[in-house]
Amino acid sequence: MSAAGFRFRNPSALPGFGLSLGFTVFYLSVIVLIPIAALIVRPWEIGFSGFWNVISDPRVLAALRLSFGGAAIAAVINAVTGPIVAWVLVRYNFPGKRLLDALIDLPFALPTAVAGIALSQLYSANGWVGEPLSHLGIRIAYTPIGVIIALTFIGLPFVVRTLQPVLNDLSRDPEEAAATLGANRWQTITRVVLPSLMPALLTGATLAFARAVGEYGSVIFIAGNLPTVSEIAPLLIVIKLEQYDYAGAAAIGVVMLAASFAVILALNLLQNWIGKRR
Amino acid sequence: MKFRRYPTQDHPLSRIALSLIAIGVVTLFLVLPLATVFTEALRKGLGVAWEALDDPDARAAVRLTLITAAIAVPLNAVFGVAASWAIAKFDFKGKQFLTTLIDLPFSISPVVSGLIYVLIFGLQGWFGESLREANVKIIFAVPGIVLATIFITFPFVARELIPLMEDQGRDEEEAATSLGASGWDTFMRVTLPNIRWGLLYGVLLCNARAMGEFGAVSVVSGHIRGLTNTMPLHVEVLYNDYQFVGAFAVASLLALLALVTLVLKSLLEWRFADDIAATHRH
Repeated sequence: MSAAGFRFRNPSALPGFGLSLGFTVFYLSVIVLIPIAALIVRPWEIGFSGFWNVISDPRVLAALRLSFGGAAIAAVINAVTGPIVAWVLVRYNFPGKRLLDALIDLPFALPTAVAGIALSQLYSANGWVGEPLSHLGIRIAYTPIGVIIALTFIGLPFVVRTLQPVLNDLSRDPEEAAATLGANRWQTITRVVLPSLMPALLTGATLAFARAVGEYGSVIFIAGNLPTVSEIAPLLIVIKLEQYDYAGAAAIGVVMLAASFAVILALNLLQNWIGKRR
Repeated sequence: MKFRRYPTQDHPLSRIALSLIAIGVVTLFLVLPLATVFTEALRKGLGVAWEALDDPDARAAVRLTLITAAIAVPLNAVFGVAASWAIAKFDFKGKQFLTTLIDLPFSISPVVSGLIYVLIFGLQGWFGESLREANVKIIFAVPGIVLATIFITFPFVARELIPLMEDQGRDEEEAATSLGASGWDTFMRVTLPNIRWGLLYGVLLCNARAMGEFGAVSVVSGHIRGLTNTMPLHVEVLYNDYQFVGAFAVASLLALLALVTLVLKSLLEWRFADDIAATHRH
């Protein structure tokens, strides 16, 4: 895109529009858009039936079910624990609160492979958490539960960090009004506070879900990667690539990409809905 | 008792219960995994852990991680500044769409991010044949690792700077240019001082991700020891080789990087809250 088309309707008095937008669009195309296009066109070399054969393979279906189902369960867990953590961080004061607050971002900052081996060790039969549980006959590492644990870990900050600013800005007047009108604390929380947190909670849970669907590093170590049981979809892409089955890998990749686009669309709709409520 | 409590305060018992749940969640999911990394690394003493780090393959992995970040982070920082300049300082059609496209890499699975480059540069990719004839290796070599890292960390600086520069408006820059400053001078003397802390914040997060990225890099690397293993990949190789102390020793280096990043991030948020978009977003 050249600046020429914009020149007679000068977008601003400042210089550098053509250069900065030109570079932005060029870099975006080279790094992001063209490679993604390469993924979208790739699986069709085996035709739609070939694409369908890859996707409807029981092993692929099971992996997709685990990635999407596990991500959904993890998002629900975070949608319950996340608001409690955010509430405590915003409304209460206690020693070490700053530290607790800074730690929330750990899953963003800690490389996923490190989180993966740490969770795997922690929840294995000789780990700090896994060992007591194993005496109760509960196994977490190398089962689908392990997958869900890893996905919950990775998603927690999305919910907490989306809720915190909203909770901070939340006026206490409606709460006072509710209390004055005779509502008890529980009624005030569930009927007054929670409804106003709902959009942020939905946004945070959607972000956590999106991240978890595609998550790889923190999952593969704790999952055990048993085909059709604890094998996630991204791992199957890696396996297909190792067998030089590019079209098969691309077919699963396209499904994951479609899910990403669906999430972006959902988030935009959610944002519009929030905008209208204001 | 009941009258003493302000009507918008929680019952003391629920305060305690909720605090315990929050601390429990953070301990179980965040503190214990972090503590595990360091305990496992030091399980056989500091000497054994150090040996694992002193190993030539581990050193090569550290070097590759540093090289990768040294290329990817500046490129994405320059891009972030250019993109936010175009988006925040000018009006044009499709601005919202462009912003969505810039955020795209955040929504895509790391494995898919690596896959797209294999489909282009891999042996059976678009340019696979011609690259082989020209004897240029991108996949299973350093260029592929750098490309995948650039893709993964693509939005970090831009998404911090775009809202920040939109909030700051254009008045100061317009004043500078109308007084005769050149575009470059305006940027260096007006814009850059205004966005420096936000830029640093974005670079910090970008760097942490660039050094720690695993999934995307794993797909394009080929895991050749001493050649195409970054630190996170070296952790994987050692762990799958049952060299647990070594794996956790390298992992603890990465965990330290994460902790330093968190400390600096909190410091920036606390000290320069007004100059960072992430802390005054509504």
